[in-house]
Amino acid sequence: MEDFMVRALLSGIGIALATGPLGVFVVWRRMAYFGDALSHASLLGVALGLITGVNMNVAIALVCLTVALLVTWMQSRPELPTDAALGIFSHGALALGLIATALTDGVRVDLMAYLFGDVLAAGWSDVAWIWTGAGLVGVVIHRYWNDWVNATVHEGLAQLDGVAVVRMRLMFMLLTALVTAAALKVVGALLITALLVIPAAAARPLASTPEGMAAGAILIGTASTLFGLMASYRWDLPSGPAIVLIACGWFGVTLAASKGRNLFRSSSAPVHRTPRPTAAPECDGNSR
Amino acid sequence: MLLEAHGLCVTRGGEALLREVDLVVHAREIVTIIGPNGAGKSTLLAALLGLIPLSGGRVTRRAGLVMGHVPQRLRVDAVLPLTVARFIALSAPDAAAPMAILERLGCDHLLHRPMHALSGGEMQRVLLTRALSRNPDLLVLDEPAQGLDLTGEEQLHAFMDELRRDKGMAILLVSHNLHFVMAGANRVICLNRHVCCSGSPTAVRATPEFQLLFGDKIPAVGFYQHHHDHCHTPRGVVREV
Repeated sequence: MEDFMVRALLSGIGIALATGPLGVFVVWRRMAYFGDALSHASLLGVALGLITGVNMNVAIALVCLTVALLVTWMQSRPELPTDAALGIFSHGALALGLIATALTDGVRVDLMAYLFGDVLAAGWSDVAWIWTGAGLVGVVIHRYWNDWVNATVHEGLAQLDGVAVVRMRLMFMLLTALVTAAALKVVGALLITALLVIPAAAARPLASTPEGMAAGAILIGTASTLFGLMASYRWDLPSGPAIVLIACGWFGVTLAASKGRNLFRSSSAPVHRTPRPTAAPECDGNSR
Repeated sequence: MLLEAHGLCVTRGGEALLREVDLVVHAREIVTIIGPNGAGKSTLLAALLGLIPLSGGRVTRRAGLVMGHVPQRLRVDAVLPLTVARFIALSAPDAAAPMAILERLGCDHLLHRPMHALSGGEMQRVLLTRALSRNPDLLVLDEPAQGLDLTGEEQLHAFMDELRRDKGMAILLVSHNLHFVMAGANRVICLNRHVCCSGSPTAVRATPEFQLLFGDKIPAVGFYQHHHDHCHTPRGVVREV
């Protein structure tokens, strides 16, 4: 296998390992829009990286982390709903990024690479960056898994169990920001949310426990990345969209499988009848 | 003393939700909070549990106080695959105690059911089980009888009495159920953003605030008594009595 393909596969699998378990929380907490907000904002990071000459990955991560902090802070204020706050910060950052790039002379930006990703051009530093992020996600999620699930079900009840719910929420937001920054290279800003949401959603019909759903999301994400990259290499398709399309395919497959299973179950299950009382019930009032 | 609030105030968006609330809960005591909609009953529970910040006053809890809570509502999305057993284990990893409580409530058959498929009454019983599973000193219930049928309500009364008697548990609850208020409680607190009146059920019953809340309903509650030769477990199984 060629070198660039190895790097692409390693990057893609690293991202899938991180977006799987994070994605289930994105889906459970109904925060798909948060991923979108981060990916929009990440383009400001691209602009800042170009202007200041700071490492692009670092610049993107910093912008994403800032947006995550701002959104978390807004969440504690009741006067503005979260989705509106997300809209303000993400589009504000996106607009700022676009203006900043336009004002910078002599910088030609291949925006397409950031919008749609260019995993085949990933370097070894990208691979290292992605696996560091994935490792961090793995360690944190493993450590706080039960607390996170607990807080997802009901923050008040979790708090009574001693879970620091605000800190957990912040950690989740920051990790998602970090992974979004890392995934920008692989699937691009327009498709990052897909990697968080689709594998998790595809894993749901097959899962009966929270852990099962996270494991399923990792598997489906990894399989989508593998097949997507292979298809991209073979037929010269854009890699990000190929990965996302295959993930969508998995979603259809698991959905159909669970529907089929339910159908099979209900057709083969015996009809349950209430047993008839053996004797007519006596009723004192009517016996005379 | 298990829990004491002194001059408790909660303000949100410039509006005073609770003003100068004083309240004490002792061990082996059932304290019922009554009040109209928007009186701040659930807010008061949240403040006492330490779930929301106070804007004034203080809440003192006995050192090491374990509190169990049944919130007014819990909705688990179908997208989260979570069984009843797992939901309870999130709070109490030791599975033996909750199992006994579920059995006592006649709900052990729910153990492997997904949370999102529970009915209102089943959810109340599961929430109660989780609240009790860490053996709390103080049980805080927000309208625990909602979604329960009459049998379930009776069962809950009996169970609450038993918890207080046998385990010395204190219970603080919000309820509109006249039976709870009049027969079950040691003390009734009539709340409308502040404590309007409090005292024994009979003392509070005579106050104008109570009359305003329940007054026109008291004569309407008649007790029609009849006898069944069988009863139904929550599973629907017929049992002779």
